[in-house]
Amino acid sequence: MESYSETAVEARRISKIFPGETEVRALDDVSVSIHRNEFFTLLGPSGCGKTTLLRVIAGFEPPTMGALFLAGTDISRLPPNQRPVNTVFQNYALFPHMSVANNIAFGLEMLGKPKDEVRKTVDDMLRLVRMEALSARRTSEISGGQQQRVALARALAPHPEVLLLDEPLSALDLKLRKEMQIELKRLQNETGITFIFVTHDQEEALTMSDRVAVMNAGKILQIGSPQEIYQRPAERFVANFIGESNFLDATLSGHTATLKAGGAHEVDPPEGVSDGTVSVLVRPEHASVRVGEPKTNEMAATVETVVYSGEATTLHLRLGTGEALKARLPNSPGGGALPGQGTAASVSIAPGAVTVLKD
Amino acid sequence: MAEVSAMSEPTAGALEREAERDDNRTRWLLSLPAMIIIVLAAAGPLLVMVVYSFLTPGDYGNVKWEFSTQAWVNTILQRDIFDDTLMWADAHLSIFWRSLSLSLITTVMAFAFGLPTAWFIATQPPGKREFWLFLVTVPFWSNLLVRTIAIQELIRAEGVINNLLLLLGIIDEPLQMMFTNFAIAFGMTYVYLPLMVLPIYAAVDKLDFRLVEAANDLYASRWRTFWRVILPLIKPGIIAGSILVFIPSLGAYVTPRVLGGGKNLMFGNLIELQFGQGRNWPLGAALSLMLMAAVMVSLIWYVRVTSRERSNV
Repeated sequence: MESYSETAVEARRISKIFPGETEVRALDDVSVSIHRNEFFTLLGPSGCGKTTLLRVIAGFEPPTMGALFLAGTDISRLPPNQRPVNTVFQNYALFPHMSVANNIAFGLEMLGKPKDEVRKTVDDMLRLVRMEALSARRTSEISGGQQQRVALARALAPHPEVLLLDEPLSALDLKLRKEMQIELKRLQNETGITFIFVTHDQEEALTMSDRVAVMNAGKILQIGSPQEIYQRPAERFVANFIGESNFLDATLSGHTATLKAGGAHEVDPPEGVSDGTVSVLVRPEHASVRVGEPKTNEMAATVETVVYSGEATTLHLRLGTGEALKARLPNSPGGGALPGQGTAASVSIAPGAVTVLKD
Repeated sequence: MAEVSAMSEPTAGALEREAERDDNRTRWLLSLPAMIIIVLAAAGPLLVMVVYSFLTPGDYGNVKWEFSTQAWVNTILQRDIFDDTLMWADAHLSIFWRSLSLSLITTVMAFAFGLPTAWFIATQPPGKREFWLFLVTVPFWSNLLVRTIAIQELIRAEGVINNLLLLLGIIDEPLQMMFTNFAIAFGMTYVYLPLMVLPIYAAVDKLDFRLVEAANDLYASRWRTFWRVILPLIKPGIIAGSILVFIPSLGAYVTPRVLGGGKNLMFGNLIELQFGQGRNWPLGAALSLMLMAAVMVSLIWYVRVTSRERSNV
């Protein structure tokens, strides 16, 4: 998975403007390269443009500006039925007047594949998504999770170069969603097809993706592996959107950030950030808390609320500067002593856990 | 105590029964007007028709109360004047055939014009659809005869269409459109078009356009998307529209009379003839019942087809 030899999809400076009384700029100068065999996720809140980008790639929306390349060929002007790209729709969009097997066969038939090849591929697909027993059923006679599998099989059957998935798991309940996440990952590995996955669920994005693009207001803010996105978010929006965050004021000088609340930390500031007052990110699980007076590089704090959540306990602290800070402490088997509500405590931050943000 | 309970219990039961009886009586009373209308206005005349069709025609119309199956025989057969042999009633058969073919042509034409119209309306922004639907139903507001005469104005020798074509130099002399089968089919298509548009509109309105996108995404061209996805999904609307156009076309009377003149008879005109000039009420009654039977058979077929489909979906 480490070496990507080829680019599957490349968007070059794509903008999409929906005209109307209030003009909507759904995509604002978006450029992205998606590698072959990659599980690539477009992550963002609703209305951020992720679905529009997916629809541009599928061919349902022509870009207002910019160009789209598939394996090096400009496909910006190709209609959806001429692109070797298939979509798993959010509501599945299965054909209600056809059986499960006929739904899966549809794309192959439209491609003019011979009958026996169609039958064989449909059988393979039914096996792949474990739906052999229900092949003759109408799509209205199967459950939501099964419809999901049929939609996947239907989109995978023509063996597209790229599979687009538009929030395909959002209609499933939590348990089924977890199962399907693993299932999707397995299918991607087995078929070797490039997956472009759209979701607003950050956990889903982190668990499944090779790379994630975080979007907001029609722009891609950051592209990176789940680890990079989580540990080194470039902007406050990204940090805030993914995982829980503490934002603290600090003064940057070269590679050292001195927190206003106390303590100097070695940092690797992103490009374009100059020395002076900056905003830094500390993840709650990177802060540790103990009772007692602060030592060097520690911050004095008061425990305001203690929230127990099974595997961890979250302390809501108030620092000397008045800033709020959440610390997430794993619960030890013995149930070790934690500072109680209202107690004075000292907070230390793990080395390398302070991230300077762009804004 | 025992006395009280022994008395009060049956009383409560009796009250309940009485209330139930009252309830039933009210229900009957309320449905009485509807019952009277159904019996008098629908079943009654039908029964009269059945009885009349087995009687002998009177000399000046009306019927003689003598049992006869002659009317039924005469619907499709006729007796030779000279040697009494039975042969096919060619005049009737050709009228049946003309009615059937003109009704089919009307249905096909109404479909050909109705589908694009319905599609156009259903794909308008929601606020504008009402306006277009309103336009489609406007013709219903005026009398059928008036509308048919308006059609005559369009297609007669000095009518709008001929004048226009002459003016443009496309034709040298007026086309004979009045009193032809074309005129009848044209008129009936115009008259019954809304009955085709409305059910198809309802079907297209319900159509999930994401399925169209899905078909497109799965390599189906526009044409194949139409055949494989759109058409099967709006089929119930098309069938309903076709029946709504076909059935009244089959029994149409005013339009063929006005636009077809005397010579292009259709089923409705043939029936009218028997009760008027023909003075053969039993034959008229038998022909009417035949038409009704044909309509019922096609309706039963429709119900069967659609219910089979519904159980499949």
